[in-house]
Amino acid sequence: MDNLDPDFTIRENLQVYGRYFDLSAAEVNARIPALLEFAGLANRGDDNLRALSGGMKRRLTLARALINDPDLIFLDEPTTGLDPQARHLIWQRLRQLLAQGKTIFLTTHFMDEAERLCSRLAVMDHGRMIASGTPRELVERHIEPQVVEVFGDGAGAWAKEQGTRLAERCETAGETVFCYVHDAAALIDDLAARSELRYVHRPANLEDVFLRLTGRDLRD
Amino acid sequence: MTRHWSLPSFSLRCLHVWRRNLLVWKKLALASMIGNLADPMLYMLGFGYGLGRMMPDAFGGTTYIAFLAAGTVCSSTMMSASFEAMYSGFSRMHVQKTWEAIMNAPLDLDDVVLGEAVWAASKSLLSGLAVLLVAAALGLCASSLALWVIPVILITGLAFGSLGLIVTALSPSYDFFVYYMTLAITPMMLMSGVFFPADQLPPAVHLATALLPLSHAVDLVRPLMSGQVPAQWALHLCVLAAYAIIGFYLALALTRRRLLK
Repeated sequence: MDNLDPDFTIRENLQVYGRYFDLSAAEVNARIPALLEFAGLANRGDDNLRALSGGMKRRLTLARALINDPDLIFLDEPTTGLDPQARHLIWQRLRQLLAQGKTIFLTTHFMDEAERLCSRLAVMDHGRMIASGTPRELVERHIEPQVVEVFGDGAGAWAKEQGTRLAERCETAGETVFCYVHDAAALIDDLAARSELRYVHRPANLEDVFLRLTGRDLRD
Repeated sequence: MTRHWSLPSFSLRCLHVWRRNLLVWKKLALASMIGNLADPMLYMLGFGYGLGRMMPDAFGGTTYIAFLAAGTVCSSTMMSASFEAMYSGFSRMHVQKTWEAIMNAPLDLDDVVLGEAVWAASKSLLSGLAVLLVAAALGLCASSLALWVIPVILITGLAFGSLGLIVTALSPSYDFFVYYMTLAITPMMLMSGVFFPADQLPPAVHLATALLPLSHAVDLVRPLMSGQVPAQWALHLCVLAAYAIIGFYLALALTRRRLLK
């Protein structure tokens, strides 16, 4: 859902929005080529808004928010609902803004988005800030560095017999067992011998931290 | 709660809201003109000449079409302002979230609602003026006093634009507007002397018409078009202005309650 003006062209959307900031038509028109370039919409200024895809509209919304050249930019879930290509393009643009020295205040449910973009991060739960720091600090502070996800028939039984013994902490969510460890070697050896179980071994990330801090229950 | 009822504070930026709507209107002008202008004109000409021929002496020296033209200026103004404030306003407020986008720029809701009210009045000015011009072209305006109709149209448009914005602020969906159209606008049109003199109504109903903004607009426009200074013109103007000002304040407070959390 966007709040662009569907009756206007891309250029008119930017022109009209610039007026709300009391910018002169000349100032706005001078900024438009760079903003279109930024949005990946160069040469499409006269296109009707209805011709744009969801990703293009999102980029245009972002470009529109830059019409007054702000130092601080608030973004609420800027990539929700976009396909991976569109999401990566937005991330690249946001890093470009950071490189220009802008400050971005971003809320997101995507932990990889937070991990990639944020230099400082706060975890919110029920409207309260329950942890903050750099993404790496949060991972180091709140969770074991290695995660082994185990799934397949008998994963639950395996967790009870072996998992709790070999891992520092085991959590079951649905049919997957999450094992948190500092050293995964013994765990992997045990799993490698069991053909009925499959597993993924990976470093701990922000999503693990988030689930650790806020729990695995649905928040409806 | 109380902050929703604080006095309005405006900035000149409300003009940008008006200009935005003007730009959209320019793109869709043809369709909008046909709906807003041709429709009332056809009714006026059809009934004015058709019915008028059957009752040549019923309107005390004036023709029925001249009588109806004055009513149509007012009803057309009312319709145009109401539709703009309700259906189009609701699209911008609720469906397209245009107001939300505007308020992310340095404009307050107060500016947006004022811009919308003035815009609705501007559109209705066009509708009322078009009927007035056609009436003048047909020789239905007796003197240059008819020029005073123009400010009357504007204030009538502001009053109905504000009333429409109240309904918009309360509306959960487009369907809600049918209640206001059927229960308020249509009876008002029938009771305010647009099609026939209001004194033909039962006395109790006739007394009640004094409360209706449209009847005050008609009581101003009809004499002005027939070349007379309206009796009690200041009173009629004050009632219309009160509807515009109090209506706007209510619309603003209700919109604040709806949108500002």
